[in-house]
Amino acid sequence: MTVFVIRRLLQAFFVVFLMSVIVFFGVNIVGDPVYMLVSPDADQADIEAAIRRLGLDRPIWDQYVLFLKGAAQGNLGDSFIFGEPALKLILHHMPATLELAFSALVLAIVLGIPLGLYSGLYPDHMVSKGIMAGSILGFSLPTFWVGLMLILVFAVELGWLPSTGRGDTASVFGIETSLATWDGLSHIFLPALNLALLKISLAIRLTRAGVREAMGQDYVKYARAKGISTKRIIFVHVMKNIMIPVVTVMGLEFGSLIGFSVVTETIFAWPGMGKLLIDAILQLDRPVVVAYLMIMVLFFVLINLVVDILYSILDPRVRLQDQGA
Amino acid sequence: MTKLTAATAAAVGALVLFTGAASAEKLTIGLASEPTSMDPHFHNLGPNNAMSVHLFDRLIAQDEKQRLSPGLAVSWKPIDDLTWEFKLREGVKFHDGSDFNADDVICTMARAPEVPNSPSGYGTYLKGKTFKKIDDFTVHAVTGSPYPLMANDISTIPIISDSAGCDAATEDFNAGTAAVGTGPFKFSSYKPGESITLVRNDDYWGDAPGWSEVEFRPIKSGPSRVAALLAGDVDMIAGVPTTDIETLKGNDGIQLSQGVSNRVIYLHMDQFRENSPFVKGNDGSEIKNPLLDRRVRLAISKAINRDAIVDRVMEGVALPAGQLLPEGFFGVSDNLQPEAYDPEAAKALLAEAGYADGFQLTIHGPNDRYINDAKIAEAIGQMLTRVGIRTAVETMPRSVYFGRASRGSPDGLPEFSFILVGWGAGSGEASSPLKSLIHTYDKDRGFGSSNRGRHSDTEIDAMIEEALRTVDDEKRQDLLAKSTEMAIENVAIIPTHFQVNTWAARKGLTYIARTDEYTLAMGVVKE
Repeated sequence: MTVFVIRRLLQAFFVVFLMSVIVFFGVNIVGDPVYMLVSPDADQADIEAAIRRLGLDRPIWDQYVLFLKGAAQGNLGDSFIFGEPALKLILHHMPATLELAFSALVLAIVLGIPLGLYSGLYPDHMVSKGIMAGSILGFSLPTFWVGLMLILVFAVELGWLPSTGRGDTASVFGIETSLATWDGLSHIFLPALNLALLKISLAIRLTRAGVREAMGQDYVKYARAKGISTKRIIFVHVMKNIMIPVVTVMGLEFGSLIGFSVVTETIFAWPGMGKLLIDAILQLDRPVVVAYLMIMVLFFVLINLVVDILYSILDPRVRLQDQGA
Repeated sequence: MTKLTAATAAAVGALVLFTGAASAEKLTIGLASEPTSMDPHFHNLGPNNAMSVHLFDRLIAQDEKQRLSPGLAVSWKPIDDLTWEFKLREGVKFHDGSDFNADDVICTMARAPEVPNSPSGYGTYLKGKTFKKIDDFTVHAVTGSPYPLMANDISTIPIISDSAGCDAATEDFNAGTAAVGTGPFKFSSYKPGESITLVRNDDYWGDAPGWSEVEFRPIKSGPSRVAALLAGDVDMIAGVPTTDIETLKGNDGIQLSQGVSNRVIYLHMDQFRENSPFVKGNDGSEIKNPLLDRRVRLAISKAINRDAIVDRVMEGVALPAGQLLPEGFFGVSDNLQPEAYDPEAAKALLAEAGYADGFQLTIHGPNDRYINDAKIAEAIGQMLTRVGIRTAVETMPRSVYFGRASRGSPDGLPEFSFILVGWGAGSGEASSPLKSLIHTYDKDRGFGSSNRGRHSDTEIDAMIEEALRTVDDEKRQDLLAKSTEMAIENVAIIPTHFQVNTWAARKGLTYIARTDEYTLAMGVVKE
């Protein structure tokens, strides 16, 4: 297990390095940040001074070497726009995104699995058909549209929930979170639901497929024949077996929840990393874009690792071995 | 400190919730673009300047039409060719209770151009000026040559406190400890991306604002901003999308405020290359650049139906433009009208210039910078095609566009042949666009920095330079107007329209629309 984890971490390091090349060059050959920054009143001398200050007059290889040197010391460069270290900015916005992604994941599990279970157990029931139809909508409707509709219905028409923003936060273990106040919870519900919609549908479909397959298996028949209660069959035997694909997919999807919260955060003016990223892209704040992508790569690699470890806990047949050797 | 202010803000916020938002004098504003810092000297950018007006007075204030009025200086005048004298207001106190005097002005002028890591500083306005303290309430600004725009330049510099702000870093301003000014509001809390909260300065020297507390919330997405207003989460929003204006007009609970801005949208044409990269003959072959011919440029101007752009593309939220600033600004000409739409005359001019069958052209423009910019480029493309200039349209994000438009060609020159751009006159008078857009590109002297068409006329140059040396307001006004007339006569540039900005507020509130596009809590009035 230890060897496995170390090897995976080494692989991760390599992936991160490779991504740094792709990301850095990809971001740095597009556009020209200088004209995003300088005031229109600036004359030619001011513009040249800005180019020099940002180090954009150096050859791109130089810039990359400088970036690597900084990165080795934990400095991913200063934001062009805010003048602060990009890493600090991203970490500052991270709790908001994490709590949003976490809430969405909880919603996906809490709503998706029971609904999937129900429609898997009673596939011909009208309710099940309704659930499945709903899940198709969840898959196919674009996030930004659903987000606007949620705001229109729940904030503008009904007036039940606030339309945008993060609301009051409270400090829990030194981290500001809106999950700790009523106002914060009322603010997070709509964006979390918006972000979770796709994942809820995914959980429904995965669970349903798993349940339908498992119910026909020999071990279920045998358990029935043994006279075990239906409740125990479903919640102990069947659930255990169908959880593996669900955990895998949900785990991987947690990464994409964080990565793709961009749209939801923009619609709901949620002050997370995604909004920071979209602003950085629009204004060509290269260090922030690069730092964000680097962190995302790290995230995905780590989540994959955690999913692998969870596997071995859920299914004792899976042994974490040094498969690469 | 931040924790404390956040907690205070939360407590105040909760209080407001319980007492009912309507009765409290709290104002919540949804902003389209967010300031990048609370340090007033960090970034010379519209949203930052607008925010800093709340906290930091200028020596000279700009009113809603960008006319100059006394701020922390009660009077200013040139005492000789090279020296301007500012008499400072007495008895003004900073938010921390300390007195305002000449030392604050001197240290502000030293700090403003020198903020570390600043993406774009205020050095542009302070170049070549030396400040001297004469006594506690008199300051002299000395220049190397006569400089009439002194007052305009000085009106852009927010005055900070000698004791609290001058040695402070940008982080100290963001944390609030250094954000001590003399302005109508005091700093309360700053949460980037989330909210900025200010409270009223009860000791303000001018008219105290009608709001005890103001919260600014950045809501970048247009539809979300409108929804937040409709849901009652904010009292007012800036930057109403043009597509929503009609719907909001029909809503009884909403009041719109509109005003023309200092921003002109215009076309620049390649006037410096014999072979322009995006001009081709009808068969796709290279031809001599027709845009060098004034008749062709005039034909393009006549082919553009400005009223149609205003009515159809801008849904009425714009004014047709015939010069560089709308009427009412200093230095505009009374003799200029928007070029009338006349496709027949345009065709005749093209034929006269030897392009009876037209040619091929590409118009380049940004798609996320100005109101409806991409749609305007498309409309212009169609209008030109109708008179025989087969025009392709290419739009791109501003992050890519401006770099290419300014120095995108292999030899560092403007890359495009025909572009759509906008210009906001920050100084609020006509020398700003004339100097940057019309004057011959001159890197060493800082002229024509945004002259991407590289129009060049020594006569106009001389007149602009003379205006920039003329301290007498009346004479300068004439020189600026005359330069503008000559530039339009040459078709150095084709102005299409002036942007009109729209704010929307809940019933009972109106906003005094500003030409500089700033959103100020002081401008929100209860009826």
